[in-house]
Amino acid sequence: MNFILKQRSVLPGFGLAMGFTILYLSLIVLIPLSGLLFKTATLSWADFWGTVASARVLASFRLTFGAALIAALINGVFGLLVAWVLVRYRIPGKRIIDALVDLPFALPTAVAGITLAGLYSSNGWIGRFIEPLGLKIAYTPLGIMVAMTFIGIPFVVRTVQPVLEDLEKELEEAAACLGANRWQTFVRVIFPAITPALLTGFALAYARAIGEYGSVIFIAGNMPMVSEITPLLIITKLEQYDYAGATAIASVMLLFSFLILLSINLIQWWSRRHAER
Amino acid sequence: MSNQSLAVAPTVSAALTEPKAVRWLLTGLALAFLALFLVVPLLAVFVQALEKGVGAYWAAIIEPDALAAIRLTLIAAGISVPLNLVFGIAAAWAITKFKFRGKAFLITLIDLPFSVSPVISGLIYVLLFGLQGWLGPWLKAHDIQLIFAVPGIVLATIFVTFPFVARELIPLMQAQGTEEEEAALVLGANGWQIFFRVTLPNVIWGVLYGVILCNARAMGEFGAVSVVSGHIRGLTNTLPLHVEILYNEYNFVAAFAVATLLALLALLTLVAKALLEKKVRHTVKSASKPIGVE
Repeated sequence: MNFILKQRSVLPGFGLAMGFTILYLSLIVLIPLSGLLFKTATLSWADFWGTVASARVLASFRLTFGAALIAALINGVFGLLVAWVLVRYRIPGKRIIDALVDLPFALPTAVAGITLAGLYSSNGWIGRFIEPLGLKIAYTPLGIMVAMTFIGIPFVVRTVQPVLEDLEKELEEAAACLGANRWQTFVRVIFPAITPALLTGFALAYARAIGEYGSVIFIAGNMPMVSEITPLLIITKLEQYDYAGATAIASVMLLFSFLILLSINLIQWWSRRHAER
Repeated sequence: MSNQSLAVAPTVSAALTEPKAVRWLLTGLALAFLALFLVVPLLAVFVQALEKGVGAYWAAIIEPDALAAIRLTLIAAGISVPLNLVFGIAAAWAITKFKFRGKAFLITLIDLPFSVSPVISGLIYVLLFGLQGWLGPWLKAHDIQLIFAVPGIVLATIFVTFPFVARELIPLMQAQGTEEEEAALVLGANGWQIFFRVTLPNVIWGVLYGVILCNARAMGEFGAVSVVSGHIRGLTNTLPLHVEILYNEYNFVAAFAVATLLALLALLTLVAKALLEKKVRHTVKSASKPIGVE
């Protein structure tokens, strides 16, 4: 029996299942992804830095990370609100509303992109009311934020909702009996309990918004230095056959995604430790 | 005792929820947010598609390039979903029925494609198989084209939908435990019999749930496929790429007409998901019931 992968079970099929899992994972994910890292490693530091620190790339980083942060914050607030209303209040058609929350997961990003661009352009359903107020949304960084907010909606709702559902009613009763008013109960009892879920949802929405391409490019305007997101810049470099440049930018984005993934794992580890105590 | 609880109950329940005005305000805000960001865009797809009447709508869908795009989308999903289904089942079997070191790390690796930008998911295959890529010269010498061709599209689709089935099945099979399988083993069943007669019936709704989500993403993927496709009309255009081309040609009615196909797929996915969620939750609950309580 294999000593590194200590299997402790009487059931058969470990070798086959594990072997196939590792093989498929390596072929589809690990080898292609490490190809990107190797390619980055072959770049000279000057080339790498020259690409990554150029004004146009830096502007795209600022725009992408900044707009994604604002979108994730909006989703943090409204996602919590939606989860709260869905769990705590009786509203007609709740099951339909609940199912609809997953629309941004299910709707292909290109469809979301052209639809949002249409809605917020100057003669669109929403744009025509907002533009007279002197606010342009489509083809500006604001439009990018709108698209990023759209695709991030399910994350916070779906992470907070189950935690709210499982929250013990007794804790709130105890707080009320001890004289806390509703606001104090929320701030001191409920909010701390859902904070890890809220942070996880926020981080997931942030990560998704940073990498998002399809729903953003149609509404973005894609002007270099102003409304050009990083994923689009990678594609532009590829179309110019600048593989080294595309790789350099991609490796920075990938590093950032992994940092977010790591922080999500840390949040969950930390909250599990708290729950056990 | 009953007197006391009658006297206390109203005040306690009032202290356990918000004042009516606050409840209305919160509900109104939440619904307004969802209406603005979800309902209005969904309606807009259909209204824009039918703007020039049913005739123009239908013409955009039965046009040859659109039909070719539908066919390619079905091919890409038809290959990637079954492959990821087999992988998801194998991975869940290895991870949930056995104990080994590094399990959490393996699960993190399986989830990896979700945290990679779609554009980067396409880029890694261009770097591997493209003309300037690691295997590019060898592939060219043997006259095999993967990038800017159908195989590249299938590969990119497999990558972005990689974790779906596995991540649905792992928690589900974890909750089921191994007692039933061990009982079957003692009764003389072999591995495949255990899987098909015991494990699979227990998790079938979860499998279906994962497959439906996997399929929705496979048919709708845009970024990753866009990088490896090459955008050759009638040859390497999937439905989402076809939507993009029509839109960029200012052929809005046709773009939205084709988009309604994808929006309908999304709606079907949501309905199926909502129906299956109840079944899956039921499975988990009955599985977590202690043995002997039935």
